[in-house]
Amino acid sequence: MAVIDATGRPPAQAGAAPRPVRSRDPEDHAVPGGREEAWRFTPLRRLRGLLNGPVADSKVDVSVSAPDGVEIERLAPTDSRIGRVLTPADRPAAFAMARSDGGLSVTIPAEAALTEPVVVSLRGDGGVCYEHVLVELGPFATATVVLDHTGSATFAGNVEVFIGHGAALTFVTVQDWAEDSVHLGAHAYSVGRDARLRSFTITLGGDLVRLNPTVDYRGPGGDAELYGLFFTEAGQHQEHRLLVTHEARSCRSRVTYKGALQGEGAHAVWIGDVVIGADAVGTDTYELNRNLVLTDGARADSVPNLEILTGEVVGAGHASATGRFDDEALFYLMSRGIPADEARRLVVRGFFAEIVDRIDLPELRERVMSRVEEELAAVGV
Amino acid sequence: MTTAVSVLEIRNLHVSVDTDTEGPREILRGVDLTVRKGETHAIMGPNGSGKSTLSYSIAGHPKYTVTEGTVTLDGEDVLAMSVDARARAGIFLAMQYPVEVPGVSVSNFLRSSATAVRGEAPKLRTWVKEVKQAMAGLEMDPAFAERSVNEGFSGGEKKRHEILQMTLLAPKVAILDETDSGLDVDALRIVSAGIEAVRAKGETGILLITHYTRILRYVKPEFVHVMAGGRIVDEGGPELAATLEDSGYDRYVKGVEPAAAVS
Repeated sequence: MAVIDATGRPPAQAGAAPRPVRSRDPEDHAVPGGREEAWRFTPLRRLRGLLNGPVADSKVDVSVSAPDGVEIERLAPTDSRIGRVLTPADRPAAFAMARSDGGLSVTIPAEAALTEPVVVSLRGDGGVCYEHVLVELGPFATATVVLDHTGSATFAGNVEVFIGHGAALTFVTVQDWAEDSVHLGAHAYSVGRDARLRSFTITLGGDLVRLNPTVDYRGPGGDAELYGLFFTEAGQHQEHRLLVTHEARSCRSRVTYKGALQGEGAHAVWIGDVVIGADAVGTDTYELNRNLVLTDGARADSVPNLEILTGEVVGAGHASATGRFDDEALFYLMSRGIPADEARRLVVRGFFAEIVDRIDLPELRERVMSRVEEELAAVGV
Repeated sequence: MTTAVSVLEIRNLHVSVDTDTEGPREILRGVDLTVRKGETHAIMGPNGSGKSTLSYSIAGHPKYTVTEGTVTLDGEDVLAMSVDARARAGIFLAMQYPVEVPGVSVSNFLRSSATAVRGEAPKLRTWVKEVKQAMAGLEMDPAFAERSVNEGFSGGEKKRHEILQMTLLAPKVAILDETDSGLDVDALRIVSAGIEAVRAKGETGILLITHYTRILRYVKPEFVHVMAGGRIVDEGGPELAATLEDSGYDRYVKGVEPAAAVS
């Protein structure tokens, strides 16, 4: 088996965890008690009841800016496009689908070549709310779509992304919530034949953010690069659970998540599951998670899993490492006259540069870095 | 003492290092040394004699604790300064093992450093020219500036990068810790030429720390000090280096308790 594993450990054994139930009906999903594999890292008491789908008492303020030719519509709950990519795998996702009153749809027509991004802003205004966002990119189209979460909310939100054959989508989702927000999100991506997805998941705020990005391929030649950046502060819980399923042949996936943590009770969780089915010959996959722990009292859990049912792969591997801030790097920079706070900023900027430099939106790039620097300044490191 | 000439004065310096198993261990046991602007001193000695401890202590590495003695630069108490303040005061340490800083480009690093040491950001146009010239002098490819600091650098590239920084920061005192180690003949020649160029300006006192006499064929010191057991045990002119070339350190090491065995 062509397993390259930078951690030196064998990949996790297949069949260890039962397949989750997939259903739109919330009641088909058991109420988690906290010991389930999918929930064992999540502080359930801080979910503010989202497991039981409280009725919304607020709405996210949605605004969309899109270039000409992009169709924005509100879909009725019965619209057949809802649920085409995403079948909920847990109660919050099922409730989000049931309580979102349809969904917001962004359709980019076939062969369109957008030069400006589509920006969907979701602003929380306190209280419980739900939303369901659908993005469809027609065959051979190229586009960038940004989903921007801000404000304060107790929010369960689904995202379905359908990428047509031969199309290329850059999809950015920013979780820049106020400190008191709770966000549970199921983000499902379906990659067409010879299509390309480049996604950025950037989590910077919130009391608790838990996202489940999933990728499936509808045909051979699909390529998905999933980048993630998170900055977890004191008391925050930020969890990213990825599942990339290779059932089509000759598809590629790359997962690169980087996180920095600081402060008492900061908790980041990264789960990277990759499944390579028996027919998915020619698969090429690699996933990586790096965490930088800046202070005492912060904790990062990082669990990569590979399940491989065919030996005929191009490559399959993973690496995960969580390290302390490098005091020797700090000394080196300071010995060149650079003050401690600026030296730390340089190191953290450098750590995230691999992700941030790939975002082709200068304003967003700058915003992410300045938010990171704000957080660094907040604890005076 | 005149204040017109920059001078680093080390008096009766005692330094301990914290060990995991044995508690603090004294490495330097009373070092005296004076380095003036424009002078070049070589400190030679066997492994474990305390040469690197001396260099890191002057730069302020947190691993080392000064238990006695003083270090002053132009009369200012260096030991009271933070690591970055020491660099801004004019102390530069070229490290034996420069540290990787992933994602921070050489050009960004050099500019941040020059801005801090000079007290203001260098003007972009003259700065670019200045860096280009300094790099050319060290036979460095311009593409080097876009690489991450020390990441994936060869031994020779790391040392050239250290000397590049010394050139741009123009310190009052430069401590070169085993800058010659791990260099092939070509790299040694280039690095030595870089050191010579800084020396020729006459603004920098150089403290060349080395185990071997090889680099002294290129960079000729006026003063040679021999270190053993955490002290300076012999001093002289360039002829002392020639003697060491022939006879080695045996006569200094005999009878001197190695620092490593003292608690």
